[in-house]
Order: sequence, then C-alpha cells, then structure tokens
Amino acid sequence: MKAAVIRFPGSNCDQDCHYALQRVFGIPTDYVWHKEASLKGYDLVVLPGGFSYGDYLRCGAIARFSPIMKAVTDYANAGGLLIGICNGFQVLTESRLLPGALVRNRSLHFICEHRFLRVGATDNPFLNLAKPGQVLNIPIAHGEGNYTADQATLAELNANRQILVRYCDAQGTVSEAANPNGSLNNIAGICNANRNVFGLMPHPERACEARLGSEDGNVIFQSILKYLKN
Amino acid sequence: MKARVTVMPKKSVLDPQGVAVRDAIAHHGFPQISMVRIGKVMEIEIDDAGPDAEARLHEICADLLSNPVIEDYVLQIEA
Repeated sequence: MKAAVIRFPGSNCDQDCHYALQRVFGIPTDYVWHKEASLKGYDLVVLPGGFSYGDYLRCGAIARFSPIMKAVTDYANAGGLLIGICNGFQVLTESRLLPGALVRNRSLHFICEHRFLRVGATDNPFLNLAKPGQVLNIPIAHGEGNYTADQATLAELNANRQILVRYCDAQGTVSEAANPNGSLNNIAGICNANRNVFGLMPHPERACEARLGSEDGNVIFQSILKYLKN
Repeated sequence: MKARVTVMPKKSVLDPQGVAVRDAIAHHGFPQISMVRIGKVMEIEIDDAGPDAEARLHEICADLLSNPVIEDYVLQIEA
C-alpha cells in the first residue's frame, strides 16, 4: 500500500498529510511534485491544503493545469482513491472532478477553528467505519470554503448520497447557526458519484492525535485503510 | 491585438465582497446604492493574432479565466 501527497507551489499542509499517513497510520507515503506526470503504483492520492499558485485568479484554478493533474484525473477516472483537503477540495472542483465551487466565506473572514461535522453517507471508502449522524470535531482553516452549487446539482448530490459531512453543532444538529462560512446546506465535504473522490474543507490530518486537540480525523484515515486492505 | 475580459459572479451566487462594499458606501452617506457586485477585469495583449485568436480567447475565458459554475465573462476585442 502506498500513498502520494501532491505538492504544488504554495501547498502548506503537505507535511501534515504526510505525517498523518506515514507516522500515524504507517502508510508509506511519497511527496509528488506538481511537475511529475505519473501516479503509477499509488493506492491513495492526497491533494493537500495551502495556497497553490498563491490562489491567483481563483483558488485551485491554476493548479488544475499543473502537469500532475492530468495523471490525477486519469487516476481518479480509473477508480483510484483521491482525497482533496481544503485547497485540495478547491482544486477538485476547479478540475470538475467534483461538482460545485468554493467561494469567499460569507463573513469575508479567514476562519481557523475547530468545528463539528455531522457524518452523512457512510457507504464509501472514506467513512465506512463511521456511523451516519456521528459528530466529528475537526478544524477548518480557510477564507474560501463557502460551497455553492445550483439546485439541480444539489438535488443530484442528495439523491446520490454524495454529501458526506455537514457543519453542525456539538449535538449534531445541522443549523444555520452552525454554518461557519455560508456553505449551501452546511456542506463541508462531498464525494463524486463513483464514490472514489472525496473533497472536504476541514482538515482531518490536523485531528489525528490527542495532543492536537482531537483524534476525530482518524475515522477517515482508518476507513481508507480498511477499504484498501479489503 | 488587445482584448479585455470582464469576469463577474453570476447573479445567483452571493457576492459577500460586493455586499461589504455596498454597506461601506452606505456608511459613507450614500445609502441609496442598493447593490454592488465585484468582479475582475483582465487586459490581454496578443502578438501575431491569427484568424482563430478570438475563438481561442473564448476557450481560455471559459476554461481558465472564469469558472462557469459561479461566473460569467464578457470578451471585448479592442483592436
């Protein structure tokens, strides 16, 4: 089993992802520079958080045209497990590997704090060990995490159970008050229709050890491990 | 050849920057301004523009310079 963390100029959560995968979960993990053209031999690919290309034009817009993204797209279309965290989620929507878009937070503020997430569908490689309705305490750190999509896309996401995590309060209630950034229907993370591509704004890799204040991100990595081992 | 590309958030997409600027204008004593929307203008210069330059610019506008999920663009050829 082998994982790849893609590095774009401006990625800054690459080491956190590498740490979580390799040191916490023992998955041999390579950094893959954005100018590479192949992802042969990897079982999991992570697009990490950060500010790829300085977030110029739109977050993730320029990263989409990096040489590695052709390989990432081929890998995803062939069913490979792909997870995009924060800026990685923005790259996935810009690349049309996930529907919708992420725009400026409603408050205009960069928000860096722990948030509660309510688990939606668990019939996917990323949350198969979680329970529907389970509440996870995982930090967010973004200025542009306000998920938006048209009504047809939202209906499709709901019909296919593609909404995997929503912002909620400590009790698990999804409400406007628990919505940090204005995201449509409190959406914090979605998967594609094939359920092999997952994008989320919160940072599970920053919630993988008790000393970080939460271990709730582990259920995502453990679910991925379980899926890959089977 | 010169071109100017204007990219604006779609009407259906909330523009929190525009709302904040509208509110700031109201604080400046002009509350009659009811809406501000903020987009981007890009000035583009093309050397040796071929006959397909305009079509290629449209491609770039739809593919890179704007995100059709949230934005609309207008391409103006200036000279």
